Amino acid sequence: MSQASASAPQALRNAVIRLAGHSQDGIQSIGAFLAQLAGSTAQDVMTYMTIPSTISGGPSIFQVHLGSGKVLHPGDEADTLVAFYQDSYDNHLHSLRDGGICFYDSDHVTELKEERDIIHIGIPFTSASIEAIGGSAKDRGKNIFVLGTLCAVYKLDREKLVQIISRKFGKKSEDVLRNALLAFDAGFAWQVHDINHMPFAPGENEEQNRISTDGNTMLTLGLIAGGCRYGAGYPITPWSSIMETLRSELPKYGGMFIQAEDELAAVALAIGASYSGHLAITGSSGPGLSLKSEAIGYATMAELPLVVVNIQRGGPSTGMPTSVEQSDLMQAIYGSHGDSPRVVLAPRDVEDCFYTAIEACRIAREYSTPVIILSDQAIATRIEAFPEPDLEKHWIEPMLDLSTCPADCKPYPLDAITRHAPPGCPSPDGRYPVVTGLEHDEWGHPSGNPVMHEKMTAKRREKLVKLANSLPAPDFFGDEQGDLLFVGWGSTFGPIKEATERLQDAGHRVGSLHLRHIHPLRNGLADIFHRYTHVLVPEMNDCGIYGFGQLASLLRSVTCNPNIQSLNKVQGLTFRVKEIEDAALQLLR
Amino acid sequence: MSETAPPAKKLTKKELKADHPTWCPACGDFAVLASFFNVVGNLGIPHEKIVCVAGIGCSSRFPYFVNAHGIHFIHGRALPLATGISLSRPDLHVFVFGGDGDGYSIGGNHLTHAARKNINLSYVIMDNFVYGLTKNQTSPTTPIGRRSKTDPRGAIDRPINPMAQLVSSGATFIARTHAAQVKHMNEMFERAILHPGFAVVETLSECTMFYPGAFDAGNPRKGGTFDLVDESSRDMESTAAAMELAEEEFPGKFGVFYETKRPTKNELEWAWIEDARSKTPDLSERDLMRKRFAGMR
Ligand SMILES: Cc1ncc(C[n+]2csc(CCOP(=O)(O)OP(=O)(O)O)c2C)c(N)n1
Ligand code: SF4
Repeated sequence: MSQASASAPQALRNAVIRLAGHSQDGIQSIGAFLAQLAGSTAQDVMTYMTIPSTISGGPSIFQVHLGSGKVLHPGDEADTLVAFYQDSYDNHLHSLRDGGICFYDSDHVTELKEERDIIHIGIPFTSASIEAIGGSAKDRGKNIFVLGTLCAVYKLDREKLVQIISRKFGKKSEDVLRNALLAFDAGFAWQVHDINHMPFAPGENEEQNRISTDGNTMLTLGLIAGGCRYGAGYPITPWSSIMETLRSELPKYGGMFIQAEDELAAVALAIGASYSGHLAITGSSGPGLSLKSEAIGYATMAELPLVVVNIQRGGPSTGMPTSVEQSDLMQAIYGSHGDSPRVVLAPRDVEDCFYTAIEACRIAREYSTPVIILSDQAIATRIEAFPEPDLEKHWIEPMLDLSTCPADCKPYPLDAITRHAPPGCPSPDGRYPVVTGLEHDEWGHPSGNPVMHEKMTAKRREKLVKLANSLPAPDFFGDEQGDLLFVGWGSTFGPIKEATERLQDAGHRVGSLHLRHIHPLRNGLADIFHRYTHVLVPEMNDCGIYGFGQLASLLRSVTCNPNIQSLNKVQGLTFRVKEIEDAALQLLR
Repeated sequence: MSETAPPAKKLTKKELKADHPTWCPACGDFAVLASFFNVVGNLGIPHEKIVCVAGIGCSSRFPYFVNAHGIHFIHGRALPLATGISLSRPDLHVFVFGGDGDGYSIGGNHLTHAARKNINLSYVIMDNFVYGLTKNQTSPTTPIGRRSKTDPRGAIDRPINPMAQLVSSGATFIARTHAAQVKHMNEMFERAILHPGFAVVETLSECTMFYPGAFDAGNPRKGGTFDLVDESSRDMESTAAAMELAEEEFPGKFGVFYETKRPTKNELEWAWIEDARSKTPDLSERDLMRKRFAGMR
């Protein structure tokens, strides 16, 4: 992966570009354009960004990891840094690998004379783009100027990039588009001395119709494809973009999404729509999930289908709202009163957000139960490229079944999964059911009978046991037995997979298991764990009072395996591959 | 209040009655239930289109005593639940029942929002000035000085004025009645049900167990007065006039305080859906999503 100086240009397989600036500078759109281009040139891509929790201004980065083969993580170290201001330069120079290139805005940045082997290239982004556009446009075009420079330096597909830019800005106005293209051309033409241009090896991801987008968008589309047409929510970062998209998208599909007065109203509204015979969704981030817990317990008790999305962020309390963490796992599994089992699923990457959402819809409906989707800030906001989903295969029709209730309708049969007859269903014997959160008999009549409570509790539990029995084997890669097994969940998938590959390359016998079904867990995990000397669970939460992260604790209690160890990180940042690799090497020593 | 014309078949009390209520003898809620049977039965609403929704409290047990589709939810959240039903199923007649604790205290915020959104449903609040189910604690309408288990020296917090709150929140039909005045209660319920939009009937319903005599001042048989709102001389759409009524000293007037027509959220949301769907009449839902994917290439 040599980039620099004198030697002849060599085709790149990977490059990590970090754009460091302030949130209003449009660095997100440079990143998004690059990501979209990667998808359309059969390259792979994964992005990473930090958002300041202030509304305007505030330092922010957008990192793009481009690769000709599979890209599994947003990149440990940057090959190229683009710094817009002095603080972005000062704070991010360390993220550049030795031999990397730093492009900086010479209108704002003074170069630091440092010892490290870094190629410094100053370009007056601000004044050059003002000049290109014609002076009147302040410095609005400088992000597109930079995109042009990157396009030239990395020999990217210029024509496609111009198409993508035109599609985006063409919607706004001709002026905006003209200025963008002027800035782009100026950046493209800027003479960057001292380095060779660095073309990529051709992309290897040749599937037809690759698309690129972020996790929240795919989760939203998955919910619609899974048959959700109604829902409600209350804004909170990083969940909000899902509700915003559902609000504008659902009417096109004949549904509606309501902004409720708070999370308690939102979940109640969704349960109301589910009771009416639809499959409804609500969602939030950590604090909002807490507010919804009483009603989620109700949905378990009343046996109503409900999909609850939780985009985890740094906690507890209002915590670090724009940072990533995986610390709502216990809340998702147990966060209600009484024995109120529910299903918990976690998507592993942006593409998987779509399929996890569909699966959540299917399970909620099939088992008449709440299903929580645990995503997190990292997948929610990052962009990846992947094949367009085949809707013929994955689409679930929304269904409102108003057929006649059976005579002597038993809404809560002990020997079958509850299928509620929604209001509007006529009844041949003129008797109508009441759905309830009070403990009840099979007819839904409130019942304090001790034996009935035990039977009904078992019934609600057994549904999940039945589901566990039907679950597919979790994703597995690496050695089938050996020195170490990684067990991961959610967005740590990529870094864990790459760490596994590196350790295998170094001669260790390492396997890796990635869980999408967190609750219930699939049967037989204990047997898999026994084939390894060590089991290591990397997760972005604290090791807790007893020394184990949240999934690790669950796995220890389920499998009674004392070899399960935790690797925890709570910096509001995702794992670097190296951190996982090093922790494994410690155990393997 | 439904958007489809109801057929004429009437429902008898026998058809509408479920289990015998578990309320204490002579609890005011019995009269409310009887009135509901009477009015709903006479309006000829199709049986399967009636939905009864409630939160938690003695009064919130209502759905169990009505033979109709029903849902008994958690404390204070009946209104947002009913909002989900009403918005997603405009063919249904949605009724919400609850107490003053459920509706004005834990669920107080939802009352304001269901009113301002003008959700199409009828809400009967059985106000007994006390928490019944949890056995005699102070409620948001308990008068100052009244002793309860949580105010052994007498209530000190100023009671809320639900009528004023409803007026200021934007409810489009606001009425007040007394469970001991069956004819009046029937009339209020019927008008609420026929009203398109958010209709609330604040019903004084005595808790004979913990607050007997609370509403005697509004009951001529107990030596009180039952004064009616004179609708002929009023502008029913004037919030100022409604506020004036709301400010009257207890027991005040009974009847409709305020009535107006404003588009319901139901209508507005469904109009958006119609409009959004009419823009792509030739695309299936899957094609719509494929189009969206195409934009991400
Ligand atoms: C979250 C929650 N908090 C408290 C309760 C306990 N609780 C049940 S009913 C009730 C008050 C009922 O009062 P009201 O709504 O006036 O109804 P009434 O019984 O007087 O008809 C309370 C506090 C509960 N069920 N749930
Ligand atoms: S406690 Fe009061 S409100 Fe509850 S049933 Fe008895 S009389 Fe009615």
